Amino acid sequence: MAAKKSGIRISAKHINDQTLVKVLMRHPMENGARKDKKTGEPIPAHFIKEVTAESAGKTCFSALMSGGVSANPYISFKFKGNKGDMLKITWVDNKGETESAEAKIK
Amino acid sequence: MNVDMKRRLFLQQSMAAGAMGMLVGAGLLTPKAVLAAWPEEAFKAKSMSDALKVLLGSDATEASSEIKLTAPEIAENGAVVSIAVETGLANVESITILAINNPLPLVANFKLGEGAAAYTATRIKMGKSGDVIAVVKAGGKMYTAQAPVKVTVGGCE
Repeated sequence: MAAKKSGIRISAKHINDQTLVKVLMRHPMENGARKDKKTGEPIPAHFIKEVTAESAGKTCFSALMSGGVSANPYISFKFKGNKGDMLKITWVDNKGETESAEAKIK
Repeated sequence: MNVDMKRRLFLQQSMAAGAMGMLVGAGLLTPKAVLAAWPEEAFKAKSMSDALKVLLGSDATEASSEIKLTAPEIAENGAVVSIAVETGLANVESITILAINNPLPLVANFKLGEGAAAYTATRIKMGKSGDVIAVVKAGGKMYTAQAPVKVTVGGCE
């Protein structure tokens, strides 16, 4: 794996037969309705549209989002999961940019 | 089988194989194809009813005390409002979050996959005070819970 610094932070902890996942993604989440305060020009929309979480080859959770989600989106969810398995988070934004990161379930 | 059907099947199979990222990386699929599932009309809808009709196929909802929606009574900063939804309802398929007084009320839709529990938490923007609504789709029906949030400084400026 390339050692590119990821803009996705993942915490996945297996407690009481369940994995609690917390994900923080670096992204401006511009909804397209704001204007630049100096120039008055509209700021183009730039937001994450889809997030998927996969573990053991299966999608355990996915999200469809709008620019109404706060900048640097935070998502938390719970799924069964297995200690030691990898959890992969992938997002795709409205410009077609995408980023993925993996973390081990602890 | 027509072309659309084949394409859909191809997409589903790709997803099942978890190979979507690889396909995109290899330039075999354009981002537009990947985003085909994003329901633009639902996210652009100006009312909750229209958004739900497009997103979940119906706007027939029923209030449920089985849904625990956690939201702040007062949000100092409308740009970051923490929301959590948890429910004891059985067979939950998805959890949808709306901010009723936002210009575009639909904020996010979370789909529960393999082994997922009926819980999610996130942070949303709120333009002004109003109800946050959680819509839980369970066993083909839609249940709602709502919580009023008073916003001191709007998050959409």
